[in-house]
Amino acid sequence: MTTNTDIKVSIEHLYKSYGPETAVKDFNLDITQGEFVTLLGPSGCGKTTTLRCVAGLERPEEGEIRIGNETVVAPAKDIYLFPEHRNIGMVFQSYAVWPHMTVFDNVAYGLRVRRASGAEIKTRTMKALELVGLDQQADRFATKLSGGQRQRVALARAIVYEPDVILFDEPLSNLDAKLREQMRDEIVRLQKEVGITSIFVTHDQSEALVMSDRVVVMDKAVIQQIGDPEDIYANPVNSFVANFIGVTSLLEGKLTARNGDACEVEVPAANGGAPLQLRGAGAPGAQPGDPIFLNLRPEDVQLHLEAPDGSDGRNVIEGQVIDTIYLGSFLEGRVRAGGHEIGIQIDHYENLVPDQTVWLTFQPEHGLCLTD
Amino acid sequence: MTSENADSYLEVDNLVKYFGDDKAVDGISFGIPKGAFLTLLGPSGCGKTTTLMSIAGLHTIDGGRIRVGETIFTSPKEGLFLPPEKRDIGMVFQSYAIWPHMTVAQNVAYPLEIREWERPDIDDRVAEVLKLVGLTDWADSLATNLSGGQQQRASLARAIVSNPSLLLFDEPLSNLDLKLREQMRVELKRIQNEVGITSIYVTHDQSEALVMSDEIIVMSKGKIEQRGGPVEIYSSPVNEYVSNFIGIANLMKAKVVEVSEPGIGKVEVAQDGQTVQLPCRLTPGIAAGEDAVLSVRPENVHAVDESGEGTLTGECTHAIFLGSYVDCRVRWGDFEWKVISHPRNHPRTGDKVHLRFDAEHTLAVQP
Repeated sequence: MTTNTDIKVSIEHLYKSYGPETAVKDFNLDITQGEFVTLLGPSGCGKTTTLRCVAGLERPEEGEIRIGNETVVAPAKDIYLFPEHRNIGMVFQSYAVWPHMTVFDNVAYGLRVRRASGAEIKTRTMKALELVGLDQQADRFATKLSGGQRQRVALARAIVYEPDVILFDEPLSNLDAKLREQMRDEIVRLQKEVGITSIFVTHDQSEALVMSDRVVVMDKAVIQQIGDPEDIYANPVNSFVANFIGVTSLLEGKLTARNGDACEVEVPAANGGAPLQLRGAGAPGAQPGDPIFLNLRPEDVQLHLEAPDGSDGRNVIEGQVIDTIYLGSFLEGRVRAGGHEIGIQIDHYENLVPDQTVWLTFQPEHGLCLTD
Repeated sequence: MTSENADSYLEVDNLVKYFGDDKAVDGISFGIPKGAFLTLLGPSGCGKTTTLMSIAGLHTIDGGRIRVGETIFTSPKEGLFLPPEKRDIGMVFQSYAIWPHMTVAQNVAYPLEIREWERPDIDDRVAEVLKLVGLTDWADSLATNLSGGQQQRASLARAIVSNPSLLLFDEPLSNLDLKLREQMRVELKRIQNEVGITSIYVTHDQSEALVMSDEIIVMSKGKIEQRGGPVEIYSSPVNEYVSNFIGIANLMKAKVVEVSEPGIGKVEVAQDGQTVQLPCRLTPGIAAGEDAVLSVRPENVHAVDESGEGTLTGECTHAIFLGSYVDCRVRWGDFEWKVISHPRNHPRTGDKVHLRFDAEHTLAVQP
């Protein structure tokens, strides 16, 4: 798909531990010029450690990282470049903007450290400020800026010396919802405009879905899956990914029969009642008797107030309403069936009351069967 | 709607409040039954907080009357003004207003000490309320050691401990981060339900209002724009302002071409040479031939494969995948439709897209 010259960042067999604890295990990833890649996972999954290894703020025990044409760390070859010698820009959660400096000086700082000429500093700094829409505020002190503007200063500072890659460490998590969305769109716009290769770390799946060309889902120090957002959503490799990208109700049972992709799954009732007999799809390789996790996305479940006909092959589940939340564009709710909780999301209002009996249906191909 | 309703437990009648020459509240009236949860919703400067402060007695008012139960709180014409401490009100503010030098239990006990309750009764009641808000294990911690969410629970406990006749909330969740805010609004509603205290809640956050309220009053410029339950306000806004403030709406200039029966008719919209007539619901008071605003929620615009009567055709300019739904934009002349599609079947950028509308969810509202 891409030639080697397109690769801007290459991470191979990266290992990093803290004492007995493995933080990153055998991490491999190539990132191409202009690509926006997100490392996504819960706290402690290894995403930030990986980013810090790329930045040079952590030293891995094994592996190799190349940025541009340069190997920046390779313990086996005794190579390690300090952060300031790597051609990277960084944007942090805390804005790390110096309050005693003007906007201009904050952005120019990186160039001064790199001993650029006065004229070059001026041109480049103003160009970066223009890109983030702060050229009119160049002489203001950073303390006079709003949270969003400070974030832009941080962004301008990261792009000013045209680094090979920008590293983002959860830069939006301190902002309120509205501002976060604004900045998110701003970063995407700027990233496309400047065409800078980016690695973005977040625990927020919606940020990852909206911003990324590719998402790397991590858990417990290991990459679980790499792919574009829709692909990961449609074809998660395990229950962790299914539930981390989007929401699923997880029904644990065992495979009773299979025919090609079609699976019949028996889910024991958690309350001692009759088991749920469901039809799903997936889990290639699983044989009758094997444990199966059937993942069901709320938006794939239809709600019925009267018992529907299951003769067309749909799964029909009878259950009782636990609760609902009305959000205007959606009604979200939980239904209890066989002692299990199933999430629903419907696009119109229904007056559901707790303990009311309802029926849920879903197509077998939407009952995502996974072995893990 | 029902200002002269004797069943109302709280009644605000023709409330007027000036700040200098500014009319912050312009003669609003509403009443609510005992135990209800009413939200005053609007942007900053709409008069919602001034109304709340007037009920609390933290402002004097320039006109009108406020009554709770049998007690007149204030009525300038009759020379009546009950000071705040005599109004039997619990309040929860945005800033938690928790005393840092006291433990959680001491903070919560304070209103009862002022009321000179006996010590054993205070201890029992404080324990009961801390359990209700989920802070039992934190009773002896200093308030400063609590997280933002816990401090807000503590201030809620303090507000309800004396079982006041009225609970007033002034944007209590806006200092919390998104996740916590979503959790707390469900939690707060649960607690209010359990204690059953009549509540007035002020917010600028429409999703908070939808999730929590029995009824919502949408305000603008000191006046009430609409009052109704969350479903009614969301699905039947009366004008462009309400439509735009609650949720997201496609809003477009339209002409009413037909009124077939009260509240039902057809509007015509035009863009770039294409003219389409759409069957719709009409806000009461709109007549045939009049200008109106078409209002359709993104989830009620359907991207379909075939064109037909009442569909219009545009181009998908972007489709953002958000997991459980896809946020699409479809350009039609100069207008950009916001469309929510299902992740399993949605338009892609560059696609030619036909849009279909349901009469039930297509509204013509007042401009």
